[in-house]
Amino acid sequence: MSAAAMPGAEMVIKALVDQGVDVVFGYPGGAVLPIYDALFKQNQLRHILVRHEQGAVHAAEGYARSTGKVGVVLVTSGPGATNAVTGLTDALMDSVPIVCLTGQVPTHLIGNDAFQEADTTGITRPCTKHNYLVKDANDLARIVHEAFYVARTGRPGPVVVDLPKDILFATGTYTEPGSVQHRTYRPQTMPDRAKVAEAMALIASAKRPIIYGGGGIINSGERAVALFREFVQLSGFPTTLTLMGLGAYPASDKRFLGMLGMHGTYEANLAMHDCDVMINVGARFDDRVTGRLNAFSPGSKKIHIDIDPSSINKNVRADVALIGDAAEVLAEMIKVWKAKHLKPDARALQQWWHQIDQWRKRDCLRYTQSDKVIKPQYALQRLYALTRDRDVYITTEVGQHQMWAAQFFKFEDPKHWMTSGGLGTMGYGLPAAIGVQLAHPEATVIDIAGEASILMNIQEMSTAMQYRLPVKVFILNNQYMGMVRQWQELLHGGRYSESYTASLPDFVKLAEAFGGVGLRATKPSEVDDVIKAMLASDKPTIVDVAVDQAENCFPMIPSGAAHNEMLLGPEDRQTGGSVSEEGMVLV
Amino acid sequence: MTAKSDIEKHTIAVLVDNEPGVLARVIGLFSGRGYNIESLTVAEVDPKNRLSRITVVTSGTPMIIEQIKAQLSRLVPVHAVRDLTLEGASVERELALIKMAGTGDRRIESLRLADIFRARVVDATIESFVFEMTGSTEKLDAFIKLMEPLGLVDVSRTGVVAISRGASRL
Repeated sequence: MSAAAMPGAEMVIKALVDQGVDVVFGYPGGAVLPIYDALFKQNQLRHILVRHEQGAVHAAEGYARSTGKVGVVLVTSGPGATNAVTGLTDALMDSVPIVCLTGQVPTHLIGNDAFQEADTTGITRPCTKHNYLVKDANDLARIVHEAFYVARTGRPGPVVVDLPKDILFATGTYTEPGSVQHRTYRPQTMPDRAKVAEAMALIASAKRPIIYGGGGIINSGERAVALFREFVQLSGFPTTLTLMGLGAYPASDKRFLGMLGMHGTYEANLAMHDCDVMINVGARFDDRVTGRLNAFSPGSKKIHIDIDPSSINKNVRADVALIGDAAEVLAEMIKVWKAKHLKPDARALQQWWHQIDQWRKRDCLRYTQSDKVIKPQYALQRLYALTRDRDVYITTEVGQHQMWAAQFFKFEDPKHWMTSGGLGTMGYGLPAAIGVQLAHPEATVIDIAGEASILMNIQEMSTAMQYRLPVKVFILNNQYMGMVRQWQELLHGGRYSESYTASLPDFVKLAEAFGGVGLRATKPSEVDDVIKAMLASDKPTIVDVAVDQAENCFPMIPSGAAHNEMLLGPEDRQTGGSVSEEGMVLV
Repeated sequence: MTAKSDIEKHTIAVLVDNEPGVLARVIGLFSGRGYNIESLTVAEVDPKNRLSRITVVTSGTPMIIEQIKAQLSRLVPVHAVRDLTLEGASVERELALIKMAGTGDRRIESLRLADIFRARVVDATIESFVFEMTGSTEKLDAFIKLMEPLGLVDVSRTGVVAISRGASRL
């Protein structure tokens, strides 16, 4: 092993290249100038200059989630690092592997309130999986390699490496990536076999089973997705997916009941409520999924598969907990299934499917079409219909449009759906789309947006222009923060406090000001034409779709309610006080 | 929702890398997730391998206690987490330094009680004593309560340190 001595800044570049990185999203500043100088002198790494550090992290998230690789961010000290915090928290909540390199003032100035100094490791400690402050150039390469290892293994997450400027100038010895092994960090990937046997006995006895899959399947990788699909086929069990899990199972298959949770389908939520055996694969019983905890699936035995032991028994008590990588656990389960020639109770399962088909007949996603005003659901149905023969990647912002996108876009494959689930970060979609487009230059990448969210990171249009990334922004414009307005209507007596946006920009002119293409639809008859024009555009394109201002997103489980107390449409609103006082205080 | 009777007190031992920020990670975990810390002690126990041992006394429902242990285990620099309350018998001790001021009968009485409790005098002036006392939290509580009317000035306590009985290691 050659012990090569080189300046810290060059070691950073070499370590990234050795980790297989090809794109870095960043923004320069005083403390990271040595790294930018080293970047200038090489051509193995491509640097994408964003317009705000939050955008850099979201772009890296989009890149990571659409490729399965680690996303890399490079920002300066102080405000560079603090601007990245929202993105880091987003990546932590949604388990996205990110390595974020932050500049820091020279070590002798740390603690002196120096210019652009912030306690980056202190600030990011609760919003990263782990973080490091490098104090010796000889540790630098090892720490960067370790950061990649921690970010991508186990339950993935963001890792910050804080780099004081003097360390970037100092000379140190480079450590090769292969020789790095972490002292303590060893995530458990193989499940306990006795527990698998216990789970399979429960599964074999099921009369009303349901498979509830989450983002952990996609994070685990292609093998887990293939095994998950095999398990669903083998068992014939009804299957639902979380917001993060969409694409893990083909939406077109009849075993798929749609997304579950607060804005999930009627059939998925009632099947969760009435099941007798629940098989959770890589999901975390999030409050948007469970509704009121003490009324969550009261009659079921629960099997919980998760790589993170702290997810087990956090919200919902698991009867059988299988800790391990989803792929390893599913492989073991399928092995046991085949070895023991397990057969589900065919008659019971048939009855269960019959019940589910009754629920399906409620057609919970139906809405009243109009020929005067564009219904947001209609716009998304047309977007889906006109893009389904393409290689299409969808990102979203946060709010009603996000939930409608999850309901109306049918994902057949994983890694094609990027949305901020855990943190609910408005402003996620456009930078994420930029990251996706960089990773998939030939694909159609669409950010389904609301007019409020898009303004939170609209500056990234400039990034898209600079790198000729033809991302599409499809705005469902109702001039309201739609989900806020919906809650105010349902919970706060229709007092629309500050949820209406006056003085919105002209999005067509805004797109043009950035050098992109702007399109607008105000009538249902115009929807298809603008979508076709958008798809034909080879520039960053914003489509402003003026939609029904009063439309609400249904079905909805009001906060504090149970799965079987969902509202199916506006007509449900009058029937009884559906939101309890305890529900009011929940988010 | 949780009845008071569900709340249990547990002593948890955590072996961590002795690196900057590790204590902040542990404390931040407790405050960020709303867990209780009744006492917390930390010191390096293995200088060769740069390992520190944290003893934390916490309380919560069995589900919360399980979460605390899982969340602690998830921290990257954590080597081992042991629930000494659950895993067999253990010895728990705390050390206190107790400063008394006064003269005359109260001074004599405090010295007499210190003798009964087997506290040692580690500093003395004409008008003050500092007692050193080791024992269970309850014993220290009892002694400090007795000292209050006798001129108690200051108390400094280490918090609980604990170790399992028998030959096994953490």
